[in-house]
Amino acid sequence: MMIAPAITPASELTISPRLAKNVRRNFTERVIEFILMLAALSAVATTFAIVAILLYESLGFFKTVSVWEFFTAKEWTPLFEDAHYGIAPLVAGTLTTSAIALLVAVPIGTIAAIYMSEFASYKTREIVKPILELLVGVPTVVFGYFALLFVTPLLQKVIPDLQGFNMLGAGIVMGIMIVPYIASVAEDAMRAVPMNMREGSYAMGATRFQTAIRVVTPAAISGIVAAYILAISRAVGETMVVAVAAGQQPNLTFNPMESAATITAYIVQVAMGDLPHGSIGYQSIFAAGLVLMVMTLSFNIIGHIVRKKYREQY
Amino acid sequence: MDQVSHVTKAESRNLNFYYSNGAHALKGINMPLYENKITALIGPSGCGKSTFLRCFNRMHDLYPGNRYDGQIVMHPDNTNILADGVDPIEVRMRISMVFQKPNPFPKSIYENVAYGLRVRGGKNKKVIDDKVEQALRGAALWDEVKDRLNDLAFNLSGGQQQRLCIARALATDPEIMLFDEPTSALDPIATASIEELMTELRNKLTILVVTHNMQQAARVSDYTAYMYLGDLVEFSKTDDIFIKPKDKRTEDYITGRIG
Amino acid sequence: MENQNLTSTATANTSLMQNLQEVRDMIRRHKRKDIIFASVGLLALVLALLTLLTLFSDLVIDGYPKFNPDFLTEFPSRRAAHAGILSAWVGSLLVMLVTFLTAVPMGVAAGLYLEEYAPKNWLSDLIEINVSNLAGVPSIVYGLLALGLFVYGLDLGQSILTAGLTLGLLILPIVIVSTREAIRAIPASIREAAYAVGATKWQVVKDHVLKYSQGGIMTGVIIGMSRALGETAPIITIGALTFIAFLPPAPISTTAPFINFEWLSSGFTVLPIQMFNWLSRPDHAFQVNAAATGAIIILVTLLMNGVAIWLRYKIRKNIKW
Repeated sequence: MMIAPAITPASELTISPRLAKNVRRNFTERVIEFILMLAALSAVATTFAIVAILLYESLGFFKTVSVWEFFTAKEWTPLFEDAHYGIAPLVAGTLTTSAIALLVAVPIGTIAAIYMSEFASYKTREIVKPILELLVGVPTVVFGYFALLFVTPLLQKVIPDLQGFNMLGAGIVMGIMIVPYIASVAEDAMRAVPMNMREGSYAMGATRFQTAIRVVTPAAISGIVAAYILAISRAVGETMVVAVAAGQQPNLTFNPMESAATITAYIVQVAMGDLPHGSIGYQSIFAAGLVLMVMTLSFNIIGHIVRKKYREQY
Repeated sequence: MDQVSHVTKAESRNLNFYYSNGAHALKGINMPLYENKITALIGPSGCGKSTFLRCFNRMHDLYPGNRYDGQIVMHPDNTNILADGVDPIEVRMRISMVFQKPNPFPKSIYENVAYGLRVRGGKNKKVIDDKVEQALRGAALWDEVKDRLNDLAFNLSGGQQQRLCIARALATDPEIMLFDEPTSALDPIATASIEELMTELRNKLTILVVTHNMQQAARVSDYTAYMYLGDLVEFSKTDDIFIKPKDKRTEDYITGRIG
Repeated sequence: MENQNLTSTATANTSLMQNLQEVRDMIRRHKRKDIIFASVGLLALVLALLTLLTLFSDLVIDGYPKFNPDFLTEFPSRRAAHAGILSAWVGSLLVMLVTFLTAVPMGVAAGLYLEEYAPKNWLSDLIEINVSNLAGVPSIVYGLLALGLFVYGLDLGQSILTAGLTLGLLILPIVIVSTREAIRAIPASIREAAYAVGATKWQVVKDHVLKYSQGGIMTGVIIGMSRALGETAPIITIGALTFIAFLPPAPISTTAPFINFEWLSSGFTVLPIQMFNWLSRPDHAFQVNAAATGAIIILVTLLMNGVAIWLRYKIRKNIKW
């Protein structure tokens, strides 16, 4: 217990060599544990640093811009002569693209998950599941390429007056990008439903579809909903697809045919330019980042609560 | 008392069963199930008694690669329920099952019991209400849950959950009910109530029960079958099998020499 | 009497058969839904996979003209036809090196602490909450952190070091989580066996826990590194989107002192940044370059993820305890 004071006497004085070795060994063990703890604390430090930096730079921003204007003004033009600082256009762009993405990803992802978990043969599942996991890891900048140069031109054939940069194409591609994520996570949740619950349903004469819809899906619902919520958080925080394909002009609209910047696209746009450190433009990306962080954090927290609180008690 | 009728409700004829890994789990089983009687399957673990039970509602069809060979014929319609043309779902609608571990669905008590009716397309609320009440009364659970039918089934105790599963199986008026070690996860008091329930249910339907507990077989069943390594060693009236077993292997098991 | 009995049985039989017929019709109706859903489900799955396949082949077809060795050995250029990705892939490699050296020791150490050492108290809870929350922070926010902290706060500039550290922090939660999962899979009996012969905690951890979990940790590290390789947003945010037509000083040289660290503070570009750069130009010729770069990024990340997933399946199959 008294390691530190014991060290010097141990090496110099009358204690047996074996005991001395024990003391030294104990000391080393403590040092190692301390170092490992420091590494673990790096996670806390990172969170702290993120919050601190965002708050600090945002504070500078809000010295110039009133919080009232930030939340109520309808224009976002921090880099113009006639500067306006209303976050609404960026939030509108973020929500519109995310909503489109979810409209694509939730139905396809859920149906694919139910199919894989309850209908597909063992072999099919063994092949498809790793492919889905593989697709979750595809870098998002690549999807930006698809949105701008593949999907938008395709959409323009159907909707001739669609702009080159538009939220529709970006949202759809973001949705396609998220499908494997939802399918994979929701399938995990459904697989976690114990077999004896399925057997209970089949033993009552239920069909596959009835078992899947009436028993397995309700039993896995918290995991499935958590997958949706985490998918929302991903869509809101997604940067490259929207930065490439949705346009970089802040635009207060929910019309998917139009071009509009999201919060993330704005940050990218400013960072690509050469803004002096400490200028209002520089600070504005941190204020925007703070809003983004609050949005994704809320979704993440809700997702975790849903998963924890309604954890299935089979 | 039990000499009154010996109507055969179902019988297995030269039934063989193979698991997908090739294991030959049942070897030429011939055995009747008598109507309104309780038949118990006993034997050391791995003897095939659960495998045999699960043939009766084609549970093995849920897993690819399993194979039946032989027949299980139901009376009075003489349907071979293992035949290729017979839909397992149809079999399961006639023969219901209660599992080893209570497995209520993540639904309310009411919806758990109504499940079989809903699966059959039942929509009439009055009819379902009546059936649910009847089934819960039949499972001796009605008085305990009548004021909280909309509670989640998971909130019930283990014994109550198992009686709920019995009510669920009862609600659809099955002809045969299978019990797969129904009390192995329960305490002695809950076990006693389930056993009592089974003896009452005998008046309405035919019961096949797998039990790991010989005393239970002796207490509740009219007929007992002793199985060993996939063979049906002996089948006769429960009293006979426990008092004067014909086969040496049965005697060894009953006297505790094989376990 | 007997006669009567027979008739009643016969009536019972007819009603049972009628009943059975109804049941069969109903099952047929219900099973139609099975077939419909199975078709819809298969369609959804195939559609999703096929769409992704189409997109990838589109990328490969678009970038095909640039698939030649020169593309890898040329610097970016104002003339699209001559532009290559030499500085980008070298930059990616060096940034990955820093990321690896940051994230792996820290992540594994943190995972070890949380699984093997951490007492059940508020501090451990705090760390756990932070790890799971960090995994959900959008990558661009890490870019803002790096911009404020590394670029200006610590004055590291828009350097390889800054980028490597940023991505290191970004993948830290992935490494921590996979380390913990790998460690958790080791049964307590192994630890007890080691303790029983007089090993200290660190000896148990070093000789047994780390050794048996290294496969699982490796999968997490590979997945994390592939994520870092494809990350674009945080690197753009630190202001690294510039025209780089030079290579950083080599980390190893043939003359003393053989190793230098100047490269750490060098300017750089990485593959996804180079792709984004070309992608945002209206000129079609540059978009071909972007497609070729994208194809290379996808190939490498899919390969890395593939190895990781394969490794994970293999470990799952080989577990003997």
